[in-house]
This record gives sequence, structure tokens and C-alpha cells, in this order.
Amino acid sequence: MRLFPLALLAALPAALFAQHTYTPADIQEGGRLFRANCVLCHGPDGDQVQGIDLGHGRFRQTYSENALIKIIQNGIPGTGMPSNNLQDFQAEIVLAYLRSIATSGRTVSGNGDAARGKTIFEGTGNCASCHRVNGVGSRVGPDLSDIAALRRNVEIERSLLEPNEEVLPQNRTYKVVTKQGETISGRLLNVDTFTVQILDAKERLLSFQRPDLRESGFVNESPMPSYRGKLSTQELADVVAYLLSLKGI
Amino acid sequence: MMRRSFVLLFSLAGALSAQVTFDRLVNAAKEPQNWLTYSGNMMSQRYSPLDQITPQNVKNLELKWVFQARSLEKFEATPLVVDGIMYTVQAPNDVVALDPVTGRVFWTYAYAPSPLSRPCCGRVNRGVAVVGDTLFMGTIDAHLLAIDAKNGKPLWNATVAKPEAGYAITHAPLVIKDKVIVGVAGGEFGIRGFIAAYDVKTGKEVWRFNTIPGPGEPGHETWAGDSWKTGGASVWMTGSYDAALNLTYWGIGNAGPDYNGDLRLGDNLYSSAVVALDADTGKIKWHYQFSPHDEFDYDAVQVPVLADINWQGSLRKVMLWANRNGFFYVLDRATGKFLLGKPFVEVNWASGFDEAGRPMRVAGKLPTPEGTVIFPGNQGGTNWYSPSFSPRTGLFYIPSWVNYSSVYIKANAEYEEGKRFVGTSPRSLIGGLQGAKINTRKEDEGYGAVRAIDPMTGDRKWEFKMNDVTDAGILTTGSDLLFSGGREGYFYALNARNGELLWKANVGGAVASGPMSYAVNGKQYFAISAGNSLFVYGLRE
Repeated sequence: MRLFPLALLAALPAALFAQHTYTPADIQEGGRLFRANCVLCHGPDGDQVQGIDLGHGRFRQTYSENALIKIIQNGIPGTGMPSNNLQDFQAEIVLAYLRSIATSGRTVSGNGDAARGKTIFEGTGNCASCHRVNGVGSRVGPDLSDIAALRRNVEIERSLLEPNEEVLPQNRTYKVVTKQGETISGRLLNVDTFTVQILDAKERLLSFQRPDLRESGFVNESPMPSYRGKLSTQELADVVAYLLSLKGI
Repeated sequence: MMRRSFVLLFSLAGALSAQVTFDRLVNAAKEPQNWLTYSGNMMSQRYSPLDQITPQNVKNLELKWVFQARSLEKFEATPLVVDGIMYTVQAPNDVVALDPVTGRVFWTYAYAPSPLSRPCCGRVNRGVAVVGDTLFMGTIDAHLLAIDAKNGKPLWNATVAKPEAGYAITHAPLVIKDKVIVGVAGGEFGIRGFIAAYDVKTGKEVWRFNTIPGPGEPGHETWAGDSWKTGGASVWMTGSYDAALNLTYWGIGNAGPDYNGDLRLGDNLYSSAVVALDADTGKIKWHYQFSPHDEFDYDAVQVPVLADINWQGSLRKVMLWANRNGFFYVLDRATGKFLLGKPFVEVNWASGFDEAGRPMRVAGKLPTPEGTVIFPGNQGGTNWYSPSFSPRTGLFYIPSWVNYSSVYIKANAEYEEGKRFVGTSPRSLIGGLQGAKINTRKEDEGYGAVRAIDPMTGDRKWEFKMNDVTDAGILTTGSDLLFSGGREGYFYALNARNGELLWKANVGGAVASGPMSYAVNGKQYFAISAGNSLFVYGLRE
């Protein structure tokens, strides 16, 4: 009686893995691990090593899912692929993230020119009124100095066209109304049972005690405007190209 | 005036006492200036009769001292205070004796656990036990040590189990008469759990209760094939004791592999159950299984809280239990009879109980290869965090994870000694304890709370909501104060009758321990371990 399920399961793990449900938090954590451990060589889209495209399952030879997990953990001796100190489930969610790359597709805006993109970013696009790059621009929005190390081209493009599609938890906007009736919103830096810390629109680091607040909470809408229809396809590609050149210090 | 003299009287009595007799442990309520066992008394109520600090003057609490551990592990220990000396454990296994008034160290006993030890969830320890002039500590390499309480020198060192096979001891031992009792952790490594009693003088094993019955023992039939050999059923929280019944009660951990029950068909006794054992022989008197055939790692790892309450018109000896599986229970502790079971947080895996108290499962709510959303999630509606029962308010207080779920995924698991044996890991929006992480959680992702439950009905009387979840235990006092904390790093006091916030302090690190209270020279103090330090508060002078 007992042998049957054992034998059945033993034959299945690779197939089972492919069917797992991963929460958005899993995928996001997988992306964080990928960026922390893999992007230096593989690039944010996983296609920087010649002949390998992690997001689309293209390798120098065919591997099972389980073999890929072992490779992520143990590396490939004699090649540039080092071992990584990741648990089984961490390696699994890195793969889940890579699979999400494949399903999220490629950028639609084609090849851009980073220099032209920089001009648009700082000029007509008005991006620097909220974002900061290498010490220049506003601190109200996310600092983009290392955005290429954090986000892929398709994600950057989506943020430009559909800014409400995905707001990373650390970029959520928070609004407070004080007992005196003053409304202040900004980037949420920390929140707990008794206090709130934000960076407001005037770039002030503000800390509030909850008893001093009439109301407080997340703002669901992103303050980022959509550039759909405001930038041409080529201009969009140029801005994406510029952002992809920002790899941090 | 009454309150002041109460504290003074008993602190004097304590100072005159020399040795900690077993009678003193049983009658700990008579010397509230001391804190003689992990949960403050054998009933494990984590209730201090001290009443010098009140809802009126609690706002005058100030920090008296800090002990910074030379350790970056989670500080989960509850200190003991014995006749003016405090004992705690610096993780993983260094015992420290301190002056509880100044925080200055008398001595430190440093123990180096075997490098083969592999506790699942942190190199932690939750405290020591005491009797006579001897302290007892379980170690993460599954040894039990006796240590001279005066000079910190080891008296004996008993090997309890093999650390290389995943065995560890993380909870504070329990002394009953001339025996010291411990259980073994390791439910994620395919151990076979047990509880064992050792002679306090010699360290010789006196009895052993296997938490998974062997061939020929009742309950063995609840494990298919050889699964009993690697079925887990660990022990990692301190038990309780009823002296009149001479029964000791212990919560037993999950069956293994955690998330794949196909490999261990049956109810899997005594995993995720509470057992009542004869304290002299270790023979089982009764058991109640909260989660038969547990596939959610729900354990039954809470301290068994014993209370004598007026139950439906007559005084009854009961056990109160808020389980990780999301239900609050009342059991008759003489017989194990199921009296009440009611959810205290969202539950979707069971719809209620049959007459015998067995949970009625909801179809389809079990781990699957594709993943199934289960409430409560893997950390549970509560966990090992000590609850509190106040005999004054009659309420039971639970550190709760509200609106919290995990996606449970089933996969194969193969046993190999010393390796994790779980069958994949559930996913959740809320992770395990990760230290001082910046918190931007939304309420719909789950939140932590102190929930006050009326044991008569299981109904909630009030709730104190936190923005983040909590790993903190709860203490109540003879002046109806309630102390707790959470991951945000606050230590706070509530009115135990209505949940009103009365005082708070930022201790700067997650609270993953239970508060306690003691008095020295007529002055009451509160102690809380948080982050990597132990903080002590008293009234401003």
C-alpha cells in the first residue's frame, strides 16, 4: 500500500516543480536573489552570456529543472559559473522569476539611443523633477542611478507606459493628514504601530506619531504619469536605453 | 499601601531563602518577587501577582539597565530571578548570572556546542531551570547540563541525543521533584521525538516517553509502514505540571515530512498533540491531538496553560490552548476531555469539531503539487510565543497573526540522516523572523495582534492591533497590566481589561521572547529580551 505513492512521487518531482504556484512575493524574492547573485554575469534579462538566455530556457545543453537547481547551487566546475549559497526553495524561486521574464515578453520599443534618452530624461520628459540620477534630480521618486541593475528593459518600459501596473513595496506612496488639517504625502520609508516615516514632496525626512494624525494610509495610485502618447516609440526606446545604461557606482 | 507591603513582605522572605526546593517551584505564586520557572509557575500562566506597578503609574517606567549579549542570534530566553540573582542564556548556550538591580554580571558559563549541531530555525535557547543550587540547560547539540548556580561551574553533562541526526534542545527544562525533564527538537530532520527525565543529582536518565509509539505500543498503528522511525514529533517548548494530579503536560511538534502526509499515512500520534504523562514514570495518561495527520507544520508547541476556572457552573481543572492551527481550545486536564474549540483567527482547513473533538476537515484544503492557500499560514495563528492567563480578569491572551495564509506545496521527500526532511516549503507574504527589516506592510497582507479571549465561550473580548506581526510572548500582572511586544521593536503595556495602550518603549530590535516581572528590595521590575539584548524597566525614582 505504501510503496505506491512513494514510487509515484519519486518519479515526479521535476514534473511537479513546473506546476508550482508561486506568490507574487516569491517571484519578487526570486528576482532579488537573481539580481544579487546572477546579473553581474548574466545581465538583468539573463541573456548576457553568449549562447545562454535564462529567461527563455536556452542553455548550452538541455537540463531538467532539478539539474538547473543543482547548477544554481553548485555551479559548473571548469566554467565561469560559480556555486551560490542558496537553499533549494531559493533556487526554485530564482527559476520561477526567470520563467516570469519569459512570460512578460520583450520590450516593444526597439533599439534606442542612450544619449538621446538622457536629453529627453532631463528635458522634455521632465523625469528629473521626480527622479535622481548620480546626484542630479529630485529625491521624491525612486533614485534611478542603478536602475539597470534592478529592473529589466521590459519592466522599465512598462513603468513608463503603465506606472500603476507594478509599484514595488518600497516605492509606495503614503499620505498622512495631521490633526491640524495639513495633508502630506511622500515615499513611505517605514511604518509601525505608533509612528510613520516618509520623505515628502519637499524632500524632507518626516516622522509622525500616530496620535498626532487624523488619518494615514497608502495611496493606491502611483504619482508617476504615463508616457503613453506623450513620447514617440523612438523616444520611448531612447529613454529605456538611457535607463539601461545606469548601472550604479 | 496594601500593594507596597505585599511586595516588601515577599522580597524579604525570598532573601532569607537559600535553596530552591521543589515545594517552592510548585508554590511559586507565594513568592512573586521571584520568577522560578520558564513561565513563572508550574501552571505556565505567565502571570505575575506583583502589583506595585499599576495602570496609573506605569507611565513612569524607565530603562534601568541593558545587558547586550555577545551573540547575534535571536534572544529568545526568559530569565529566571531567584532570591535576588538573575539567570539567563546568551545564545546559543552561555549561561549568565546577573545582578537584577544593576545588570552587572556575576559569572558567565560559556558552552561550545558541537559543530555537528543543526537546529532548524536558529541557534537559540529559551532559558534555564533551577532546583536546589543547580541550574539546568538543554543545548543545541542535544546535551543536558547541570550548572552550579553559585559559581557557574558544570556539574554534569548528559548526552540526550545525536546532533548530527538533527536532534537539538532549545526550550527551558522543567524540574519535577528529583527529575529534570526535556524533549528534543528536530521535526524538520526526520528525528523520532521523545521526552526524557534525568536525575537532578546524577544526570542519569530515569524515564523516557517516545512521542512516536514503537511497535506494540498503543498508537503505533497511526503510522503507516516504517514512517514512525522518521516521523518527527519533536518537543521545543517547556511543559507544565499539576501537582495534585502528578501529571506533566507537553505539546508535541509536527509529523515529518512536514508537508507531505502521503509518506506517513494515518493520524501520526502524538504529533501535533498534547500528552499528559505521569511525572514519576513518564507513562501516558491521556492525549488530545489538535491536528491529526498534520500537513501544515502546525505543531502543538505552545506551553500548556493550566487554569482552575468556573466552567458551566462548577470549578474545573482545565487546560487553555491557542494552537498554531488557528483554534482556541479548552480541555479538561484530568481526563483530556475536549470541552471547547473555536477559531481565534481565520481558519479554512477545518470547519469545526465532531463530538469527540476531532476537527472536521474541509475538502480540498491540503498541500498539493500546484499549491493550496491555507489559513492560517505556516507560522500559524500563533506559534511558540507564550500566551498569558490572568486569574484576575479571567481572560486568556494570545499573540496572534491575523488574516495570514501560506501557499502549501507538496513534493517528495527522502530521508537521509541529518538532512532536512520536509517535502518543500510553503510560501507566504510574511517571512520568518529576519531581524530589523524596514516595515512597509499593508494590513491586507496580515497583521499581528494581542487578542483577549474569554475561555468560557472562546469569544474575543478585545484586540490590540500592531502594524507588523509578532513573535512576542505576553505577561499579565496582579494590577491588570499586560506586557508584550512585536517585530517592530516596541515593548509596551496595555490595560489587561480593555486593551488600552498605557505605555511603550522602543527597544530597537524585534521582541522574540516573553516578558517577565520580579522584585528586589521591594521594587518591581519588568524584563524583556529583544534584538540581541535584555532590557529591564522599573519605576522612575
